Amino acid sequence: MIMIEGISFTYPGNVQALRNVSLTVKDGEFVAIMGQNGAGKTTLVKHFNGLLKPSSGSVRIDGVDTTKTTIAGLSRNVGFVFQNPDHQLFSETVKQEIGFALKNFGFDEETIQKQITWALNLLSLTQYRETSPFMLSGGERKRVALASVLAWDPKILILDEPTIGQDHEQKEILHQFIVQLQTQGKTIVIVTHDVEFVAECNPRVVLMKEGRIVADGEGKEILTNLDALARSSIVLPQVAQIFTQLSALGFPKNVIDIYEAKDLLLNAWEKRQT
Amino acid sequence: MAVIETKNLAYTYPGGTKPSINDVSIKVEKGEFVLITGPSGCGKTTLCRCFNGLIPHFYQGELKGEITVAGKDVTKFQTHEMAKHVGMVFQNPENQLFALSIEKDVAFGLENLGFAREEMRRRVDWALKLAGIYELRERSPHEVSGGQQQRVAIASVLAMQPDIIVLDEPTSFLDPLSAEKIFEVIHDLNKTLGITVVLVEHRLDLTAKYANHIIIMDEGKICSDGETRRILSAEETRLIGVGIPKATLLHQMLVKEGMPLSGMTPLSSDEMAKLILEAFMSR
Repeated sequence: MIMIEGISFTYPGNVQALRNVSLTVKDGEFVAIMGQNGAGKTTLVKHFNGLLKPSSGSVRIDGVDTTKTTIAGLSRNVGFVFQNPDHQLFSETVKQEIGFALKNFGFDEETIQKQITWALNLLSLTQYRETSPFMLSGGERKRVALASVLAWDPKILILDEPTIGQDHEQKEILHQFIVQLQTQGKTIVIVTHDVEFVAECNPRVVLMKEGRIVADGEGKEILTNLDALARSSIVLPQVAQIFTQLSALGFPKNVIDIYEAKDLLLNAWEKRQT
Repeated sequence: MAVIETKNLAYTYPGGTKPSINDVSIKVEKGEFVLITGPSGCGKTTLCRCFNGLIPHFYQGELKGEITVAGKDVTKFQTHEMAKHVGMVFQNPENQLFALSIEKDVAFGLENLGFAREEMRRRVDWALKLAGIYELRERSPHEVSGGQQQRVAIASVLAMQPDIIVLDEPTSFLDPLSAEKIFEVIHDLNKTLGITVVLVEHRLDLTAKYANHIIIMDEGKICSDGETRRILSAEETRLIGVGIPKATLLHQMLVKEGMPLSGMTPLSSDEMAKLILEAFMSR
């Protein structure tokens, strides 16, 4: 469980990035943290694995205060995939990249090889096993970064902008994959701008603005809350954009799912015909 | 008049075993807004690198076929020559920024072309304001966020006012509202100055409405090429796994179920909402 109580954080140069933020993420929850550039989303999640320590307030991961432990200690349980994969890739081959952390955690060679093969397969990277990560496309490098974290099987997974540079199919795979991780009881926190992706996955949504949490709740409610979204510079998902214009016909406004939209419209159409 | 034309273009990176793009024949007319999309690794970025001569001059490798951009055979002109005509914004802005201040980064291209000081000042300020980073002009491009860096890269290209702007997922780090504002600016320049725009994007929800022409690639080849509404309403397009805008997809689903929505394929939520309202209001 991630338990954050009243944290503030100020970067050198007196830039206050977080202001009195409290948030609890239970085991097995799937949370999307959204908000405009500079809202403090990445700063917040960097507190989850101790990369940053709060200026005031406390962060506890499974009861352990992050100021009283090391990043290395935390990272066994908290996997972090950065926004820009180039900030975390450095090995000569994809295989070595994925094996690096496993080696550091002291896994035996057999387990390391098994986990590498498993992670490569999971993210459709098997053909790049011996390739340099820097020869791959942006979207593929992103998957290598994800694979290298998944390989050590952390309990809590933090993905900073996981859909950047990913095509439609990869996003669908990522979605299925998150569902699968959830069934394994993993906690997943994503930081994202991708409203369409969030609308499809329908996680709990935490909206941030200027270092504060301004809304927190079910995806369907937050992503159709015009005021809250406008204040956070988030655009409505396209289905919701359509339905906000249909209230004259008596349709609800809080629709984000395309299949729900289809059923609502077809039912109303049939009713009108009879 | 075609400003970009390729005939059977094929390219293999040095050490590559198979071509990254193959048999690519496309034509982009002056003033068009073209969207290039397709699955990850389909060759979109590689194709863009051909437009300003980074391929073959910088990347080496083997280029076959013909490519003419702004009337010039790209294989015969160096990248700095092509840069007068083609401005490029890459996926990862960090790779393209280097100056000590944002302002200097934006001015760099103009300095190289020997613009007069006043003209340079005017253009740099104009581009900084369009990209929404005028206030950041004295900061280092390396101390601002990924999204701001993308704005710097875009401003650098806008300042040059090239004939053609090629943007490879230029707003991936920006929040949706900021991204939309940038696309509006680019669309506006396309309309008012007639700058030809080639945009590589996965997120058609955000961008399809701006494009009059869409090119879909898969495994290094062109698999669809034509007018945006026509291509996005085609069944094959959905099957390639392109992320069709939700408004377009919903239209497709409803028409399939027999709901009589007008024949025009919507590209945006506003267009789709209008079609639904019309259907329900009609007698």
